[in-house]
Amino acid sequence: MAQGRSAKQGLLVRIVAAAVGGYVVAMATAICLSYGLPMRRADAVLTGVLASFVVYIAAVLWAFAARNTAHAWLGIAVPAVVAGGMAWAIGWFGAL
Amino acid sequence: MKGAFRQSMSWLHTWVGLLTGWLLFFIFLTGTAGYFDTEIDRWMQPERPLHTAELPVAEMFAIARKRLQDVAPHAEYWFVLTSNRRNVLDMRIIWTDSTRTDGKQNGREYLEISSGRPAEYRQTGGGQLLYKLHYQLHYLPDAASYWIVFLCTMFMAVAIVTGVIVHKRIFRDFFVFRPRKGQRSWLDAHNLLSVLALPFHVMITYSGLVFFAYAYMMPVVIANYGFGPGNHDRYTNELHLRAEQPGPAGFAATAAPLRPMLDEAERRWGKGTIGQIRLYNRGDANARVLLKSGQQTPARDHGALLFDGVTGALLKADVARTAPRLIGDVLLGLHEGLFAGPALRWIYFVSGLLGTAMIGAGLVLWTTKRRAKSGDTFGFRLVEGLNIGTIVGQPVAIAAYFWANRLIPVGIEGRAAWEAHAMFIVWAVMLLHAFIRPASRGWTEQLWVAAGAFGLLPLLNALTTDKHLGVTLPAGAWELAGFDLTVLAFGIAFAVVAWRLGRRHRSDREHDQRFWTPAYQETEAAE
Repeated sequence: MAQGRSAKQGLLVRIVAAAVGGYVVAMATAICLSYGLPMRRADAVLTGVLASFVVYIAAVLWAFAARNTAHAWLGIAVPAVVAGGMAWAIGWFGAL
Repeated sequence: MKGAFRQSMSWLHTWVGLLTGWLLFFIFLTGTAGYFDTEIDRWMQPERPLHTAELPVAEMFAIARKRLQDVAPHAEYWFVLTSNRRNVLDMRIIWTDSTRTDGKQNGREYLEISSGRPAEYRQTGGGQLLYKLHYQLHYLPDAASYWIVFLCTMFMAVAIVTGVIVHKRIFRDFFVFRPRKGQRSWLDAHNLLSVLALPFHVMITYSGLVFFAYAYMMPVVIANYGFGPGNHDRYTNELHLRAEQPGPAGFAATAAPLRPMLDEAERRWGKGTIGQIRLYNRGDANARVLLKSGQQTPARDHGALLFDGVTGALLKADVARTAPRLIGDVLLGLHEGLFAGPALRWIYFVSGLLGTAMIGAGLVLWTTKRRAKSGDTFGFRLVEGLNIGTIVGQPVAIAAYFWANRLIPVGIEGRAAWEAHAMFIVWAVMLLHAFIRPASRGWTEQLWVAAGAFGLLPLLNALTTDKHLGVTLPAGAWELAGFDLTVLAFGIAFAVVAWRLGRRHRSDREHDQRFWTPAYQETEAAE
């Protein structure tokens, strides 16, 4: 997969997307679930965390399966923003 | 597109596996040994009696109370851990006495059940040290260990998923093993080992991740419980439905007898299941008695009964767990396998060995694939050296830990620490050897060392203790005899592999080539 300088850079971008991006999207999903699930707060937190490992693993796979680095980041950033936005919205309306 | 996807997953599988393979091998190996931690504990303290005494919990508590009354008569908190559970060979007592001013407010002791005296066996890390190695990397600080092992576990999870994606014919290949075909054989072996115990690999890896949730989930805890100290405690207290114990009332009261409370607990949970007895605010009007059960089921059941220590009334009985917590507990309980009886324990052990072998076969496969093309590069030599020093060197190091247990004189300062040092020094020597010797020689020589290191352990045991096979077998002390027989079996297995590999290298150069170089006509079929 990695040959030449630009390919090496591309690989580095994918690794960062997998490790950091994967963690961010996993946490965003977990927080969204912990806010949104109709159960006690501690239970919702645990459920969110248990499920977030799947999201993390899926994000890592995506980071390396995507056609190019832009796709790799998009496929991780969009779900992260959606989950984060939903969490924020639930937090906001829940507080009203 | 589909081909490209599989190709990228195959690439990911290869490099994720290679980068963490050696550490994952270590984690699987020590974790697998950990399934017999209690048996190893016993073997490493041969001064222990042949058979472990089992006492009713009331008698155990009587012994503990006698000792506690000697060492901490005025303590407001007594905590007795009974010994009728796995991992706990000796009863443990813990106390807090805040009236003391000599800086010894807190104390703990291990008690031998038979004598009621503090346990005095040789100092050793035992099987517990070996088991803890799979998440505490000994010389590293705990926090660093946890992050490294968490990262490795994530890599393992990715390797499992990508491996399943890459692997086209899981069920057909289940029955396929083509020996003596070089690279093809290693691929078959890797596949077979993976598929054979796939449910175990998935369970052990995912639940492994859950163990590290504490640091990993910090953002979620902050989002729900705010910043600052105690946020994680607020979360766990809420999750476990924990109530604060009341403080002391400040005036004395006579304690209710404990016996009816123990009877009530055993009536609910069954005989011999009480794991913990905690006495809060002893002698005070607000005295409380908390009883907890051991872990008898995969769900890590912690039955809890809270009694008023003065009236003896039951204040709170086991609280039913919520579904998410039950799921979390089952994951952790399955990982630890504390509930497993002998048969299931062996299945755990064998599954762990299959996982270890799967990682080893994967590492060897990496080299057999590339030997022809890049066998003389630095990177290749590095991988091969690490492979030898890991796949054979690590087991030898563990054997060295057992040798050190018998050879380091009893009673010298820091002997437990030196047992562990011996293990890591030997591992370092094996790694060094792997880089100095040519690869084929390196494998055979180390395999012979492993054969001796494991195979001769029962002999060493017989020469240094009176708990050897000649005694343990007739006495039916299977926990001790099982150790000797298992290491003997490992020794024989290593010897067989060493002998066959050595013969292959000696026989003729052509044969040698066939073993090490990829069979070209079959490479396109691979993967």
